[in-house]
Order: sequence, then structure tokens, then C-alpha cells
Amino acid sequence: MSNDSKSEQIRTRIWLEEPEPDNPFATRAAYCHGYDVYGAMLGQARWVEMLYLLFRGEVPTSAQAELLEAVAVVLANPGPRDPSVHAAMCGGVGGSTAAACLIAALAVGAGQLSGGREVFLVMEAWNSCGTDLDAWQRRLATPPDDTVSIWPMPEHLPGFDPHGVSTTTPVQQTLSHLACVSVESRLIWLEMNRASLEAVAGRPLAMSCVAATAFCDLGFTPEQGEMFYLLLRLPGAAAHALEQRQYGHKKFPFFKVELENDPAMEDR
Amino acid sequence: MKGPEILEEHSDHLKSYMGACFPGERAVFRGHDLHADLKDMDWIELYVFGITGRRFTTQQQRLLHAIWVYTSYPDARIWNNRVAGLAGSTRSTGSLGIAAALAVSEASIYGGGIYMPSIKFLKRTRKALDKGAELSDCVQDELKTRRGIAGYGRPLTSRDERISPIMALAATLGLDDGPHVRLAFAVDELLLAGRWRLRMNYGAVAAALCADLGLSTREYYLFMFPAFLAGMPPCFIESAQRPEGTLFPLSCAHILYEGVSKREWQRQ
Repeated sequence: MSNDSKSEQIRTRIWLEEPEPDNPFATRAAYCHGYDVYGAMLGQARWVEMLYLLFRGEVPTSAQAELLEAVAVVLANPGPRDPSVHAAMCGGVGGSTAAACLIAALAVGAGQLSGGREVFLVMEAWNSCGTDLDAWQRRLATPPDDTVSIWPMPEHLPGFDPHGVSTTTPVQQTLSHLACVSVESRLIWLEMNRASLEAVAGRPLAMSCVAATAFCDLGFTPEQGEMFYLLLRLPGAAAHALEQRQYGHKKFPFFKVELENDPAMEDR
Repeated sequence: MKGPEILEEHSDHLKSYMGACFPGERAVFRGHDLHADLKDMDWIELYVFGITGRRFTTQQQRLLHAIWVYTSYPDARIWNNRVAGLAGSTRSTGSLGIAAALAVSEASIYGGGIYMPSIKFLKRTRKALDKGAELSDCVQDELKTRRGIAGYGRPLTSRDERISPIMALAATLGLDDGPHVRLAFAVDELLLAGRWRLRMNYGAVAAALCADLGLSTREYYLFMFPAFLAGMPPCFIESAQRPEGTLFPLSCAHILYEGVSKREWQRQ
């Protein structure tokens, strides 16, 4: 299907490009998993359909597209209190490049507290436990060993809010809506068993768990879910970074410091 | 303290023993005035002091320097360096390219993903040996549970050209015979005798040398973060000096498509 005259090639099952007749480095047509992107999909396909196609290799059903679109709306802006958005605003307020703001959001939003890694861990738990409440209870009681990972040891059960008191309204609203939209079982099961899981965890469910569950219902692997989560939370980080750039650093918190070992104080 | 109370406790201020800057006045670094007490510090000495809070001898600092120097390769084919080079080629900024290249260096088959498990293996094994365990049992256990040993084996070739020079320097400094270094070489001999095809790489040697300097797992991980840094700016500079877009340009023939055949776009 492809001209393999080059000795160094990139293999892909995702993307086929055909060159313009006058330039082997210019694209005449591009196909995503067999579909003509500019000749057929453009003007027909929705953004979420393209996303799903890229990762899963098939066009989503209308129910899957609706679920993914709802997840994208939910995740689009974690809000300026979220550490990843806070990081992006630190870039914006100082006039850092656009890419630096997004890199900051990605790095801070990648971790085990409300970040991509937490989504990954929850999705691994889904793969291990399925819709077996006993299995979930055992896993929550004895989390798997992850001692050789580059990631720090988890300090809370993935998918639950370590600082939460009760399940927040947006988490409940999101879970309720997504469970209605999904044609798979996990979101529905999670809504039915939320209270039991929270009782075992001793903490309320977090949005990361709802997102991870939606990604499982969409058929994503933990690696794909982690990537999606990172991607879908960037719009809010970008918007807030640009906004703080306009406000300027004098209107951005700098906070006070309490130095516990100030040599100037010791000298006195 | 749990829940929102702990967040309230930490709101609006930074309590730190690491340091602070007092703009227009002074800066404190781990309890010392940066511009008075630490003004003559070598940069790497300051970097390691920032990580550990401890001072190192001149010989130890020379070894730490060399651990970075001997793995700084300005070769833009290497995956992390290639990111810096591609940023130069696309006329991005040097900071973005090099920051991304450093982030990419935290990979699972080389670099950052090896540091933690490598030093953990050596420390764990040494403790087990001190308690009377057999080295061959420790190695077998590691191979069984982790499907490999971090610091042994190399993606592109089995021989590691960095080991001989770093050990030669360590010998001249009297730092080549610590218990972790001896253990690292003993594991190498065991693997060689067992025909596992896992020759020791620089990761194991660097981890062993640093473990013998008293670095903890996290301290070693953070110390190694800029290990590849010096090789990256040359990759960026060279590709930035060439005509734009000329670092590894890929024609359509460079892409080997292995996916599904062309198909008509239609929604499910």
C-alpha cells in the first residue's frame, strides 16, 4: 500500500499520506485509519469522532461520540484553583511562551492527585476488578505494589478525593449524566455502587474516577485514557493562562513566606 | 488533620525550610545566605546541596561532575536529543526544545525510568545480602518479579563505553570500591556467567557510585535529572543553524503504512 523505497521508515497503522506529484514532502491526500481526512471527513466528522478514530481505529457509535463529547465538556476547564491551571497561569502571568504554559499544565496535571496518572491507576483498577464490588473492596484495602515506578508512592486511593468531605455536586451531576449516556456497564455500576466504594475508601469519589470510568466504557486502555485526560484538560489551562497574562503579575497572588530557618533571624 | 482543614492550614502562605527570596534584599538557600555563605559554591555543589542539604568533598564533587559529563552526547539521533534538535529545526525556542528533551529523558527503557529502580535494586539487594541472602537468589527474584534488572541491558547495544572511563576516574579519586559498586559488578558477573545477555550499563554504575556517596533513592533521581543536558544545546544549535525543517525531513515514502485499506467515510 505504501512505497517503501526508503531504508529508514516510520511504521504506522494510523496514517497514510500520499504525496503531491511534484513534491514527495507535500501531502496530496491523508487517510486516517483508511478515511480520507481532507476529501471526506472534513465537513462531515465531529471533533470527538476524529479523536476516537485516531485512538481506537474505528468511527465511534453515536452513543460513544456523545459520551466522549460530554467528557470533553466536563474536563475542558478544571478551573483556576486546579494545580494544573495554576501552573499554566504562572506561565501566563510572567509572559512565558504559549507552549510553556501548556507544558506547565501537563506536568502538574500529570500526577497522582487529580492528574493523568491517577486516571491511569483507576483504569488499571477497572481492568482488574470489573464490576465486582468484592474485588474493588479488596483492591481498595490493599493497593498493588508500585515500588519500582518513577512515580511517587500513592498517598491516597486513586479516584477518591483525599481532602473531600462529601461527593461534590459536579461529580454527582457528571456521573449521573454520563451513566445515562453510556451504553456500557461501568458508569452505571459506579453510580449504583458509589456509596459502597466511598465507604470503603473513607473518602468521596473524585472527578478523576468518573473520567477514568467513562474512558473504560469507551473501550480505551489505561494508556489511552491517561493521554485523553491530559489532552482534554488543556483548553481551560490555555484560556486562564492568557487571561492572567492580560491581568498582569500585580494582580496575581504571590503569597507570604514563613522561613523556618532564616539565618537573619538566627543572627539576631 | 484531614479533609479541608489541612488545606485551610496551608492556605495563603508558604512555610519553608528550603529557602526564600527577599526581593531587593537577600536570598536564603537551605538556611544559608546565598550571596554571603554560599557565594563561592560551584554550581553542581549547590545543586547537590539543594537536593541533599549535605556538603560533598572535592573528590566526590569531581565524580558527580563526571557522571554527567560522561553521558552528555551531542548526537541528535538519540531520541531525547532529537527533540531538542527538532525544536531548533522548526525554529521553536531553545528553552522549549531543551525542556521537552529533558522531560523525554524520563523514559522507561533509558534515562529517568532507570534511575529509581536501579538504585533501589542495589540498595535492596545489599540489605538482603547483609542479612545472609545469596546474591544469585536476589538476582533470580528480581528477574522473576520485574522481568529484568534496571541498570543491566541496553536498548541499542550491550557494551557501554561509559563504564571504563567513569570507573577509571573513580579509582583515581579512591571512590571505586564502595559496597554498592562491588555489588553492581558482582551482579554483572553473575548475569554474564548465567548467559542472560544483560550486561551492566552506565545506569547501574552511576547508581552504585551515588549510593556509595550516600545519596538516597530520591536524591539520586533528582541528581541525575540534568545528566543528558549538556549534549542537548549543541543539537538545538546545529539544527537551528541549518535551513529550517532540514533535521530528519520525512517524505511520504518514509512512512510505512500498515493499517486498514482506504474506505468510505460514514458514521456508525
